[in-house]
Amino acid sequence: MKQFVRVFVLAACAALAAPVLAQTPRHGGELVFPVPSEPPSYDGHREETFGLIHPIAPFYNTLLRVDPFDKSGTKPAPSLAESWTVSKDGKTYTFKLRRGVKFHDGSEMTSKDVKASYDKIIFPPAGVGSTRKGQYADVEKVEAPDSATVVFRLKEPSGSFIASLLSPYNFIYKADILAKDPHWYEKNIMGTGPFIFVEHVKGSHVVGKRNPNYWDKGKPYLDGFRAIFTNSSSAEVAAIRGERAHIQFRGFSPKDRDNLKAALGDKITVQESPWDCILLGAINHEKKPFDDKRVRRALTLALDRHTGSKALSQIAIVKEVAGVQVPGTPFATPPAELNKLAGYWTDAAKSRAEARRLLKEAGVPEGFSFTFKNRGIPMPYEPLGVWMIDQWRQVGLNVKQEVIEAAAYFGVIRKGDFEVAMDFQCGYIVEPDLDMYKFLSVDRNPANYGRYKDPVLDALYDKQSRTTDVAARKKIVREFEKRVLDEEAHYLMTLQWHRIIPHSSKVHGWTVTPSHYLNNTLDTVWLSQ
Amino acid sequence: MAANPQTVDELTRTSAPRAGWLGAVVDFVRCRPLGAIGALLILFMVAMAATAGLLAPYNPLENDYAAMLSAPSAEHWLGTDAYGRDVLTRILYGSRTALMVGLGASLLGASFGSLIGVASAYFGGRIDLFVQRIMDVLFAFPVIILALVVVAVLGTGAGNVILAIAAPMVPRCARVVRSSALSVREMPYVDAARASGFGHPRIILRHMLPNVMAPILIMATAFLGEAILLEASLSFIGLGVQEPTAAWGLMLRGAAVEFAETAPWMAIFPGLAISLGVFGFNLFGDSLRDALDPRLRTQ
Amino acid sequence: MASYILKRLLAMVPTLLGVAVLIFVLLRVVPGDVVEARYLAQGSQFQSQDLMNQERAKLGLDQPLWKQFTTWMTGIARLDFGLSMWTGSPITEEIKLRFALSLQLAIMASLLAQLLAIPLGILAAVKQDTWVDYAVRVFSIAGLATPSFWLGILMILFMLIVFKWVPPMVFTPFWVDPWQNLAQLIWPALAVGYRYSAVGTRMMRSAMLEVLREDYIRTARAKGLWLKLILTRHALKNAILPVLTIMSLEFAFLLGGLVVTEQVFNLNGLGMLFVQAIAHRDYTLTQALVMLVATFFLFVNFFVDIAYAWIDPRIRYR
Repeated sequence: MKQFVRVFVLAACAALAAPVLAQTPRHGGELVFPVPSEPPSYDGHREETFGLIHPIAPFYNTLLRVDPFDKSGTKPAPSLAESWTVSKDGKTYTFKLRRGVKFHDGSEMTSKDVKASYDKIIFPPAGVGSTRKGQYADVEKVEAPDSATVVFRLKEPSGSFIASLLSPYNFIYKADILAKDPHWYEKNIMGTGPFIFVEHVKGSHVVGKRNPNYWDKGKPYLDGFRAIFTNSSSAEVAAIRGERAHIQFRGFSPKDRDNLKAALGDKITVQESPWDCILLGAINHEKKPFDDKRVRRALTLALDRHTGSKALSQIAIVKEVAGVQVPGTPFATPPAELNKLAGYWTDAAKSRAEARRLLKEAGVPEGFSFTFKNRGIPMPYEPLGVWMIDQWRQVGLNVKQEVIEAAAYFGVIRKGDFEVAMDFQCGYIVEPDLDMYKFLSVDRNPANYGRYKDPVLDALYDKQSRTTDVAARKKIVREFEKRVLDEEAHYLMTLQWHRIIPHSSKVHGWTVTPSHYLNNTLDTVWLSQ
Repeated sequence: MAANPQTVDELTRTSAPRAGWLGAVVDFVRCRPLGAIGALLILFMVAMAATAGLLAPYNPLENDYAAMLSAPSAEHWLGTDAYGRDVLTRILYGSRTALMVGLGASLLGASFGSLIGVASAYFGGRIDLFVQRIMDVLFAFPVIILALVVVAVLGTGAGNVILAIAAPMVPRCARVVRSSALSVREMPYVDAARASGFGHPRIILRHMLPNVMAPILIMATAFLGEAILLEASLSFIGLGVQEPTAAWGLMLRGAAVEFAETAPWMAIFPGLAISLGVFGFNLFGDSLRDALDPRLRTQ
Repeated sequence: MASYILKRLLAMVPTLLGVAVLIFVLLRVVPGDVVEARYLAQGSQFQSQDLMNQERAKLGLDQPLWKQFTTWMTGIARLDFGLSMWTGSPITEEIKLRFALSLQLAIMASLLAQLLAIPLGILAAVKQDTWVDYAVRVFSIAGLATPSFWLGILMILFMLIVFKWVPPMVFTPFWVDPWQNLAQLIWPALAVGYRYSAVGTRMMRSAMLEVLREDYIRTARAKGLWLKLILTRHALKNAILPVLTIMSLEFAFLLGGLVVTEQVFNLNGLGMLFVQAIAHRDYTLTQALVMLVATFFLFVNFFVDIAYAWIDPRIRYR
């Protein structure tokens, strides 16, 4: 309860703070932040790691962006596109581009550049990698009828198309450069963003300086930024503690937050949010007895998520009890309804009794043993693994854990060589199309490690994907959630990760969101004295 | 004068040396008190392992979130860990893991190593040279690096850890045993056995091996302590025995370090257990070495 | 002498080749590769198989094994140690970044070990079978028994609770800021050094005991010469050789011990690099590190052998 009150107060303060705390942003200063991972290349269309976003995103703009002050990390806001319209049939999206935007080399950004960039993302030429190509399967073509207009023509209406354009990876590149060499941006940086690239010393840092000709007049507030590459979370905590860095954009553990608060008091501001990352239990439907939905339901009923949340949030980066959408976002199911699903009941004893009953009915003997495969990463795989095994023990299942080294893990899981295994999902934005894609039948989505085929579920997914009316879509998402987590119990959601960002109180203009890929353009950030 | 107390003792013994096993034990305790302490620690550890099921107040796997991170108290003598598991119980059960891995790895490493060492010495010539080359290659890998690579190949878990720890011990044992075996090979009874037409395996196993028992035993005991330590190290970095098994090295991982300030009992007791266990094996092994091999005697 | 040196040098070559083959094969047997480690790590919803295959081709992982091996070997012959598969930087750079720290740690640990071992060993030998002897033996065996990472945790805890002090996290080389540098490295050096002093102490003690038993020592003592004089002039000279041997060999072993210690103290050294390289399945980097350590170890052995041969002519002619 105390936790809830604390989070509520924090959230309320953050919500009020943005417009009410109208301190005038101060110009100047260099923002220093540690990044625990280095970018393998500079091309956002190819990479999927925050190790690219954190140091490189400030050099670019995207067509649209997520509102940097929106805590749910879902509200679209203009960026290079000033405004957009959608046709009545929902298949044509027309974007009006801003004029007078200059690349760092002085040339003007036009619709040609946007088209070339999106062609590279959606229809990459041979030999050019585009990791998120699959997300744009609905796009038929991209057109640039005039220099300030871009048109996307879709094959079918889509409820998530705008969200897919909010991807922080969709840097807008210069068309002329792409025409000459589509691989140029892997090793070079040249964009329209609020900061200009200064240097990247491998193993050490990336430095960017203020773009004086940035199209958003008056921004950025900072003189520059310095991203320092570290390789351990303790070094990062030490940097913040020693006031050698201002903020870390991924997240710290609860203990680190407590230590920082204890050491620096008011000099530290903590922003927290549920995180769009979650560990899920993948149940291999091809292995007996997990093809029996009673057994699967028993597995989820055994997990007392509410107690687990209270306890594990003290030692791990997990917290919220969630369904298929991050709590606090537009499509998330409110707790009252969520707690009706199997595994979410507040009465743990009743839940366990039901689990035992189902196991007995399915013919699973007391003390039945199976192996749970987990990934060799300490946080939060280890604590969740220990928790799950203990919960299953309490309904008479004797589970052994086999931990597989991180690099070898997915190779094993993809082969289907497991009974129950820990799966993992992280999104850059909370969007049902993205977050629920995993649960589609295995012939549609090979990354469905549960290896099941459920046409009813697929139909629900397609239906909500085509629905543009938010209220109607919510209803279908709830149905989908009920089927995948309760009726069929295809996958087991554990606990939603919890993002904890303790940062120097000098940092303003940055709002935490559920995604550690968002809000890294740094144009709204400023430092006080 | 730096005389040998054993010899002096024997010279001045007024009563006849006690006969049988009991006599040997009492003599051992009297002459080598450190070794006796070591033996006592080992016995204590074995007793812990054997009676863990009876003595332990809780189930080592049982999570109790209401009691997580609680200090030593009447209910939990050594406190609880980050999941509310009783530390005392996990230490008692952890002795099983330590002994199992330690004994397994040391026996495996010592037997393979000695077999290779003796066979190599016996056959001599090019076979000897070839085997020595291979042993040299394995020897050039630092112990933990070889163990890490083996774990990467085989995977984690107690069984694989035993193999991973035994791997670097094989060449080390082979080298020591080979030098002893070389001198045994020249012994007349080996010649006699060969003349009698016995096959190679028989000569190696029946005639040579028993006569190099002393260095093998010494190596095996030395390895046991090392093996327990190595298992603790591997589990500590996450590549050994895995949760939720009770293992001392594993108990020192993660939350024990993170919460060391506020919950130091999580880090102190398992480390103490490891230290005392290995200490016992080392003390005993030292004294055993002194007692068995007169050439290696330092007193 | 020259022929002995040459013989020993040549003997190293097949061993090194064996190490190279062994590590090469072992790594290829290990499940998972660097491309999987990188691209499947983020948990994103869309996985591109052709992107991963492209990457593999770029790193040369689609070549037949023998070809990959010969490419590596010819590279070494040209003194080109290749690029790290994970970062793409030259391996020499990656190692250079961390070499200073590990080397300094190893040297500090060795020095501390010898500082402890030699006086304690002599003391125990001279006061043999007294409580001093037992105390020293217990102290040194405890050094072998205590896990160095546990000792490290206790040390950090002690510093934190008593002095409210946390060791610095970022490595500053000694010539940049000696205090910062020592403040960070003294603790792991103590933790590792204590363990290695144990071996040295026992060796020193037994070597001293052997020498003290010698007739010429007994004669000297019978003549009434001061013990101290005897010790320093006669005994020490002869006892020191086996001790130095063991300590040099142990120094080579130290590199293995650094792996765990660096994890505990969060030091960005070679040990940490090694664990990361295996975790990332960075074949080229792991191979390079193993070869580095093996070569170093073999050279240390080589120098010890040469030193022995130089001192004891009988060995040369064997």
